[in-house]
Parts: sequence; C-alpha cells; structure tokens
Amino acid sequence: MLSIKNLTASINGTPVLKGIDLEIKAGEIHAIMGPNGSGKSTLGKVLVGHPSYEVTGGEVLFEGKNLFDLEPDVRARAGLFMGFQHPIEVPGVSNAAFLRLAYNKKAEAEGRDELDPLEFDDFIREKIKLVSMKEAFLDRSLNEGFSGGEKKRNEILQMAVLEPKLAILDELDSGLDIDALRVLGDAVNKLMRPDHALLVITHFPRILETIRPQFVHVLSGGRILKQGGPGLAIELEERGYDWVVEEAATGGHR
Amino acid sequence: MNSTFQGVTSQEYKYGFVTDIEADSVAPGLNEEVIRFISAKKGEPDWLLDFRLKAYRHWLTLAEPGWAKVQYPTPDFQKIVYYSAPRPKKAQFASMDEVDPELKRTFEKLGVPIHEQEALAGVAVDVVFDSVSVTTTYKEKLAAVGIIFCSFSEAVKTHPDLVKRYLGSVVPAADNFYAALNSAVFTDGSFVFIPKGVACPMDLSTYFRINNQESGQFERTLIVAEEGASVSYLEGCTAPRFDTNQLHAAVVELVALDHASIKYSTVQNWYAGDKDGKGGIFNFVTKRGLCKGRGSHISWTQVETGSAITWKYPSCVLLGDDSIGEFYSVALTNHKQQADTGTKMIHIGRNTKSTIISKGISAGDSSNSYRGLVKVQPKAEGARNFSQCDSMLIGHTCSANTFPTLDVQNRSARVEHEATTSKIGEEQLFYFQQRGIPAEEAISMIINGFCKDVFRELPMEFAVEATKLLSLKLEGSVG
Repeated sequence: MLSIKNLTASINGTPVLKGIDLEIKAGEIHAIMGPNGSGKSTLGKVLVGHPSYEVTGGEVLFEGKNLFDLEPDVRARAGLFMGFQHPIEVPGVSNAAFLRLAYNKKAEAEGRDELDPLEFDDFIREKIKLVSMKEAFLDRSLNEGFSGGEKKRNEILQMAVLEPKLAILDELDSGLDIDALRVLGDAVNKLMRPDHALLVITHFPRILETIRPQFVHVLSGGRILKQGGPGLAIELEERGYDWVVEEAATGGHR
Repeated sequence: MNSTFQGVTSQEYKYGFVTDIEADSVAPGLNEEVIRFISAKKGEPDWLLDFRLKAYRHWLTLAEPGWAKVQYPTPDFQKIVYYSAPRPKKAQFASMDEVDPELKRTFEKLGVPIHEQEALAGVAVDVVFDSVSVTTTYKEKLAAVGIIFCSFSEAVKTHPDLVKRYLGSVVPAADNFYAALNSAVFTDGSFVFIPKGVACPMDLSTYFRINNQESGQFERTLIVAEEGASVSYLEGCTAPRFDTNQLHAAVVELVALDHASIKYSTVQNWYAGDKDGKGGIFNFVTKRGLCKGRGSHISWTQVETGSAITWKYPSCVLLGDDSIGEFYSVALTNHKQQADTGTKMIHIGRNTKSTIISKGISAGDSSNSYRGLVKVQPKAEGARNFSQCDSMLIGHTCSANTFPTLDVQNRSARVEHEATTSKIGEEQLFYFQQRGIPAEEAISMIINGFCKDVFRELPMEFAVEATKLLSLKLEGSVG
C-alpha cells in the first residue's frame, strides 16, 4: 500500500529525515517510535504534504502512485489520513458542516452519492457513538475551545467518517486519560479492516497495548535505527531509547 | 504555501464587460450651467434647483477630505460627465419586453436576470442603470397599501412635498465634501415612503451598475418610514471593467419616526481595479439614518467587496428615546484595494442602544481599516453600545487597522468594545486539505465562518449571494 524509499526531507533548509525506507501492506499495523525530536512526526507530515517541509530526495508510492505528484487534498481523498497531535481550532466553522464537506468531497471523488445535511445528520449520529462524543460537539465551532481529549475524539471521529485506507495517528495518546485512550484505541481497532493499514506514531508505548502493531520501527536522528515485532515495544518500555541509539552508533544495526 | 495563497486570491474580476447604449450626456465638467442643465433636463421645481446651487456653492469652499487611510490621485472634477442617460425607445415601459435588450443581456451576464428577479417572490426591483431608472416592478401592489417606491426623479414630480420635507434632513447639503457634490449634481436614485402603521409586504431591492466610461454616478436615496411602519431595503451593485477611475459619491438618507423600523442591506461588488491597482471605482458614500422617533430602529448591513477605494460610514443618529441603531459589516479587500469604512452611532435620546459588528478581511496587498465613532451626548441617559471589530488577514502583504473613537459625555452610559485580529494560517488551511477539502473551498468556509454574525442579518437570498461573492473574490485557480 505504502512504499517509502530513501526519503529525505528538510525544514527551513535543515535536514530532518535522512533516508527512510518503509513498506506498509494492507492489513498491517506499524508503529513508529522514538525519542522527542527524532523526526517521527515529520515523517507523518511529509507523507500528507504539510507545506512547511521540503522533500529533498527519495520516493514514496501510495497504491502505486507517486505521492509527491499529488496535492495534499488529493492525497486525502485517495485515502491518506493523519490524526494530528495538536488539531487546530477554526472559529465560526461548524464541526458538522466541516465533517460533511470532508465526507462529500471524498464521496464525490469516489463517485458515490453525497449526503445532504439531514442524511448526514443520521450518518454522523451513528459515528459519534464510536468515540463516545456528545452530540453538542457537532454544533460547535471546529475544535474551538475543545479540551485536548475532545480534540482527539474529534480526530478519530473524522477518521470514522472518512474511513481512510491508511491512517497515520500522531501521538494519539497525548492529552488523553486512560479511559479516553481505551475508547479511542478500541474505536481505531474497530475501524481497521483487512484492506486498510495503520501507522501509529508514538513516544510512549502505552497506546500500543490497545492498538497492537505487528511491526515496530525506532526512529532517531532522522533514520530508522531498529526494526522489530511487538516485543520491541515492550523492550523500549523497559529500557528506554538510549540503548538503541548507542547500538546504532557502534554499528550494531542500521 | 505563499504561492497557494496568491493563486487562491488572484482571481480577476468576472464582470468586466461594457454594454453599448447610446448615452445622452452633457459635456464633461462642473459649473452652475451644468447644474441648471441637469435640473432642467429633469424638469425640477425651483426649490430643488436652489438646493443644488446652494450645495454647489458650498462645495466650492470645501477641500477634499484627507483623513481616511486611503491613497489615491484626487479626481479631476472637471473631467467627469455629470449627466448621462440611456435613451428610451419609448417614453414609458409598460413591460419588461420594452426594455433595451442590451441592458437585459447585461443583467443576465451578472446573474441577476430581471425576469428571475420578478419571479422571486416578494422582491420588487427598481433598476438603476446609468443614473436613470429604467423599470420598476410591483409598484401597483405596493401602491395599494400606500407605499411609494419609485425613482427619485419620479418622486420629485409626484410627491414634491414629501421630498422637500425630508431631502437633506439627515445628510445636509453642506455635510461633507462628497455629500455636497452629490447634493449639487445627483441625477437619480430611489425614493421609498412607508406610511403610518404599514409593514412593507416585500423586500425592496435596487441594483446599481455604473456603465458609461468617465460618467460619475451620483445616486440619491431617501427612505422614510412613518410611525409604526417597517421596511427592508436591499441594494446591490457590480460594474464593468475600465482603465480610468470612476467616481461614485452616493448619499443615502433614512428617516424612522416613532416605532418605525428600517433595515438597509447592501452587497457591493464594484470593479476594484486590476491586480496592479489600475482602474476601479472610487466609492465615497455618505449613508446616515435618523432614528427620529421614540423606539425607532435602523439597521445597516453591508458586504463590501468591490471598489478600488471605499470611504463609507453608514451611521445612525439616535435622537428618539429608546431608539436602536445597528451596523453589521463585512469589508473584503484584495490586490491593491483600500477600504476605510465603519460607522458612527450618535446617542442623543435616553436609553438608546447601538450595536456594531465589523468584520474586515484583507488579502493580497490591500489595506482595510475600520473607523468608528460612538458618541454619547450629555442627555443620553442609560445609553448602551456594544462594538466588536474583527480583522482577518490572508497572506503576508496586506494590512488591517482599527480606529475606534469613544466620546462618552453621560456617566450612566455603558460602552463595550472588543477587537480581534486573526490570520488564515497555513495550519488551518492544511488541516482542511488533509481532510480532502481543496484550498479554495477551505478559505471560503473559513471566511464564511468568520462573517457568520453579519450574514445572518442579511435577507436569505442576499446571504446566499454574499457567500458566493466572497468566494468569487477570493477563489481562483490554485497553483
């Protein structure tokens, strides 16, 4: 589904990603872990086309198409989704209207019927149950005045509405208490389908107890230093990140 | 990203075309002869010629105002054509079929075909085209309840006493430079009179369009609502593209007697000049409402998107006790446009209330200023004002300014002012794009959200039109 080859990227001329290789197939759940400032959020943002980053080399194919030929909104409609660590507030734009426009843009791109406000109302009232969100949040301005946890619920609600092929979840657990984390983790699991894939970006392994990855990649200094199975996350929980970095420096792994 | 903003905000004016109608014009220039010509051409009574001449003589003593935050070359008042009228094929139009087909095509290009306007339930359209009213609809229906809705020239002929009583009673001929000029040379406009106790059964609407190159446009509108009467009036404008600046100096006067209510809504889309600021309309307007009676209510709602220069302060004089004044405004500027707009709320009577909601949107290299005055006079016991002035910036090369002035001379008055400035940032735009929403639709949605408090004051069809207009002004091919 996603094939990343020797990807390099920079921000304001400073290299942040220094050669990333990663393959994600349908049905797989991958976790990108690493210390703060390792470039893991950057990887997510580069994939979805954030304007602050410049791709300086390498190639990314999403379902066979060169991702960097596509505008960010086209990538989104093709099935690429990012759940943001800090979702932005947009005063005056109703959450429901925003969700409906996003839904209809994707429906239009896929040749499906668009939903009118009444049809969408029925649709969205089902979806919000998945993230245990109060209906009142639909009528409020997009993320405006939402708590950290409410914003994250709203991100996963958007994922439920758009049903992306590949969802990149950036630090989903930040700002969430344990109960909310479980609710959203369960919601993400329910949304996962055999033809979908997940890329979970996280500093703390806690979220991986609910959303269980088959593949764990440790990113540091803009490179993937270590790859492994679910056991690697547990090892990182116990030992932290330093040993991975040291091991890489002494030439143990690339 | 900067290039995306420029791509999105660089769409050029869509209505740039000129209708070829043989004009009946006076030679360029202004002197007493020209004023006598206009007055004679219109068959006016002596008192109106006197009104014009007095205004002209006063105008000669005035200097053009320079305090607004706008820069432009002073118009050459001797190069302006002060009278031009489309020549009717017959003296009167009994139906739309008799209206110049060229004119009808123009309106169709603008998306306001008159036959649709007629069909639009509840909207009567008084079309002003190059200074002279061409057609008026629904007149009989309105006349049945005693409402007068006609061109200003017609009102002078049919209801001279009413015109004489109220003309200049809110905006005196000597009020300011452009109001004095208008008073001297106005050619036509609209007149509305709603008699005592009558609620106007439909929204009244006028479409303005400047057509003849080099012809000034000096509209005069007078709306009077007697005791307990109410009316909603809509004004909308667009203009074709030209390379030379066109001056527009309109005067609008509203008078509300005891418990009368007047709602005046404007959607303005005059040609703003090209990307480099060449051409475009100079819009110097004096709009003022007098809440003359107790419990009277005047509400201004404007969506200003056009003109190279906008200088406009729809105001309310709250003379009657318990009277209410409101100002809801969206002003959008792009490219090299300059707008200095706002309102004045003058509290004179007791327990008078005013509300000001102003939303300024700047894109491109434009400059957008809010200028407001809230004045509470010594006898205005219990006066209250709430003002909110929000600015939104799109891109990095535009500017927004707020110049609020408070002058409170009564201790019991309560005056509140809030102001914010925000930016449509990359992050907001990217968030929408990441959810599959193209940049231009994202900007449109964010802007409409920003303007919500004003749009909800507009009549339904106008709100739809305004939403489209803002999108049109900001959208384009995203590069």
